[in-house]
Amino acid sequence: MASEDITQENSFNITLGNRSKLMEHIVKLAMVLSALVAVAVTIGIVLSLMFEALEFFKKIPFSEFLFSIEWSPQTALRTDQVAAEGKFGVIPLFTGTLLISAIAMCVATPLGLASAVFLAEYASKRTRDWVKPMLEILAGIPTVVYGFFAALTVAPFIRMTGNNMGLEVSSESALAAGLVMGIMIIPLISSLSDDVINAVPQAMRDASLGMGATHSETVKKVILPATLPGIAGSLLLAASRAIGETMIVVMAAGLAANLTANPLEAVTTITAQIVALLTGDQEFDSAKTLSAFALGLMLFIVTLVLNYISLRIVKKYREQYD
Amino acid sequence: MTNPTTSFLKGQKHLNRRHNAEQRFQWMGRIAIALSLIFLAFMITSIIWQGKGAVSTTKVMLAFDLSAQMVDPENIKGASYEKIVKSALRSQFPNAKKRKQKKALYALVSSDAGFQLRDQILANPALLGAEQTLWVSASDDVDMLMKGHISRAGAQSDRRVNDDQIGWIDTLSDEDAIKRVFNIGFFTSGDSREPELAGILSALVGSALSLLVCFALSFPIGILAAIYLEEFAKKNRWSDLIEININNLAAVPSIVFGLLGLSIFLNVFGLPRSSPLVGGMVLALMTLPTIIIAARASLRAVPPSIREAALGMGASPVQTTFHHVAPLALPGFLTGTIVGMAQALGETAPLLMIGMVAFIVDIPSSILEPATALPVQIFLWADSPERAFLEKTSAAIIVLLIFLVLMNIIAITLRKKYETRF
Repeated sequence: MASEDITQENSFNITLGNRSKLMEHIVKLAMVLSALVAVAVTIGIVLSLMFEALEFFKKIPFSEFLFSIEWSPQTALRTDQVAAEGKFGVIPLFTGTLLISAIAMCVATPLGLASAVFLAEYASKRTRDWVKPMLEILAGIPTVVYGFFAALTVAPFIRMTGNNMGLEVSSESALAAGLVMGIMIIPLISSLSDDVINAVPQAMRDASLGMGATHSETVKKVILPATLPGIAGSLLLAASRAIGETMIVVMAAGLAANLTANPLEAVTTITAQIVALLTGDQEFDSAKTLSAFALGLMLFIVTLVLNYISLRIVKKYREQYD
Repeated sequence: MTNPTTSFLKGQKHLNRRHNAEQRFQWMGRIAIALSLIFLAFMITSIIWQGKGAVSTTKVMLAFDLSAQMVDPENIKGASYEKIVKSALRSQFPNAKKRKQKKALYALVSSDAGFQLRDQILANPALLGAEQTLWVSASDDVDMLMKGHISRAGAQSDRRVNDDQIGWIDTLSDEDAIKRVFNIGFFTSGDSREPELAGILSALVGSALSLLVCFALSFPIGILAAIYLEEFAKKNRWSDLIEININNLAAVPSIVFGLLGLSIFLNVFGLPRSSPLVGGMVLALMTLPTIIIAARASLRAVPPSIREAALGMGASPVQTTFHHVAPLALPGFLTGTIVGMAQALGETAPLLMIGMVAFIVDIPSSILEPATALPVQIFLWADSPERAFLEKTSAAIIVLLIFLVLMNIIAITLRKKYETRF
C-alpha cells in the first residue's frame, strides 16, 4: 500500500472521528434527556396535582375534606343563587372505593391464586402455553368494554336475581362493578404469583415430596408459606389497580355518594367522581373543579404507596432465590 | 398391643383422605381457570351477539315525485327534499289522516332521508322529471323492529312503534319495499344523534391520529431511555431513582395521567382542548414505561460478546450500541412498542379528562382539530338511551377488539420470527 494512501485514510478517519465525537455527545445527551422524561413526568404529576389541590384547600379546609362524611359538590352557579354551598367530605368516596375494590379482591384472590398454583405446579407445559395467554387476554381487554358489560349485562342480571329473592338491589350496585373488576384483575394476580411460585427452588419441593407429603400438601405447607411475601406483593399491586380503575366504575357504579357497606346499594368512587367533575364545561376557579385534583392527589398517593411497597416486596423476594 | 390390621386400615383410611384432598385441590385450580375463561367467552359472545345486527341496516323503497315542479333541474340543491319524502310517504299510505298519524308516518324514515334523496339525484341527474322509486334509510325504530329487538306484542303505549306504523311496515314488506342491506355507513360516517346514521369513522380517525402522535413521541424517547439505562448509565443513586420512577409510573392509575394532561398540556401550555395532539401526548406518557421495560429486557438478551467484538474492532461505545446491539434488539423494541400502542388504543379515562368526549360528526383532518377516540365513542354510545345505540356500541367494541387482536398478533409474530437465541 502506498504511504500516501495511508495518510489520506488517516486524515479521513480523524475528521470523521471529530464529527462522530460531536454526534456521540449529541446522542448521549438525547439519551440522558429521554431517561429523565420519566422523572419529569412524576414531578409533573406531583406538582400539577399539588398546585391545584392547594388552591382547593384554600377554599375548603383540609380537615373538612378528610373527615366530613358528606359529598355533594354542587356549588352555586350565580352568586345570588340560594344553592347549597357544596359539601366536600371524602369519606363516602373512600368507603365506596374500598367496598368495590374489596369485592373485586374477593373475586380475584381465590381465582387468581388457584389458577397460579395450578399452572405453576400441576399443568403440563402444553396446557400452560395455551391457558396462560388466554388468561392474559382478560388483562388486555380495554376497561371500557368491561364497563359496558358490567352496566348492561351483569348489573341487570344481579338486580333481577336479587329482586327474585326479595332483595332490594340498586341498578348501579357495587356488586356488579366489583365482580367485573375482580375478573379483570385475575391475570394480574395469577401471572405475578405464578412467577414467584416458579422461583421457588425445586429442592424445596423435592424435600417435601421425599418426606412423603402429597403434592397439595407440599403446595400448602411449603411453597405457599415460602412465597407468601411475593403473593402479598402481587395482591397489593392488584388492589392498587382496583382502586385506580376508572371506566368500570364510571359506567357501572353511579354517582350517588352513599356511606354504606351494603354491596347491593349504589356507591361512588374517587375515580368516578373525578370523571364526573371534569367532563363537560368547567371553570377553573370553582371548588367543584379543583376538588377533582385533590381527589387525584389522594388517589396518586394511595396507589403510589401500594405500588412502592409491592414492588419492593416482589423484587426483594425474587432476588432471594436467584 | 394394637392390632396391626386395624392400624393398617386406619392408615389406609388416612391416606385415602389425603389423596382425596389432593384431588380436590387440583380440581379447585381447574375450576378457577375454567371460571375465568368461561367469563371471558361469555362476555365476548354476548357482545358479538348484541353487535352483529349493526352489520346491516334497514332501507325503505318509496316512489318519489321528482317532476320539474318539485325539483328545478337548474337548481337541484335548492329543492325541499324533506317535502318530497313526506309527500311520497303520504301518497304511499293515504290512510294516515290525523296530524298524529302523519307524524308517525314521517317517523318511518330517517331524518336523513331527504339528504340521501338529494345525493342520489346529484349523482344521477337523469332521475329528474318523473316519478322514481328509490331506497332511503329507515328510522332506527323501524330498523330495531325489523331486527326483532322491538316486540310487536304488548300494549301500544309500551312500544316505540305504534300499531299504525307496524301496519305500514308490514304493507311495505309485503311489497318487498323494505330490505336489510350491509351497513356501509357505519364504517364511512361520523357520530350522529340518529342511531341509524351514526358511524365510527370519525372516532377511528381520531384514534389513529392520537396513536400516531403517541408513537412519534414514545418510540424514540422510550428506546433512547432504555438504551441509556441499559448500556450507558452507571449503577448509582440516579439510575436507581430513574428505574424506581419508571416502575412506579407503570402502575399509576391512567386517570392521573389525564389530570396531568389537563393541568399542564391544556392549562399551562395552552394546547388545543379535545385534540389528538394532547391525547397522543398523554397516551405517550402512559406507554413510555411499557416500552422502556420491554426494550431493556430485549437489550439485556443481546450477549456481551457482540459488544466486546465491536469494541475490540475499534468502534466507539455509541457506534457499538447503535450499529451492533440495537439492531439485534430491534424486534424486541417493536414488540414492546406494539403492545404499548395496543394498551393506548384501549385507554379511555385520560382522554375523558382532556375533553376528547366531544360530539364529533366531521372526520378530523389534523391533530389540532377536536376529535374523539374509539373507546371514548363506545363510552358515549353506551350512555345513550336508544335501543339502537346498544347495537352500535357492541359493534364498535367488536371493531376495537379486532384492532387489538391484530396488533397483538403482529407483536407475537414479530417476536416469533425474529427471536434470536444466542
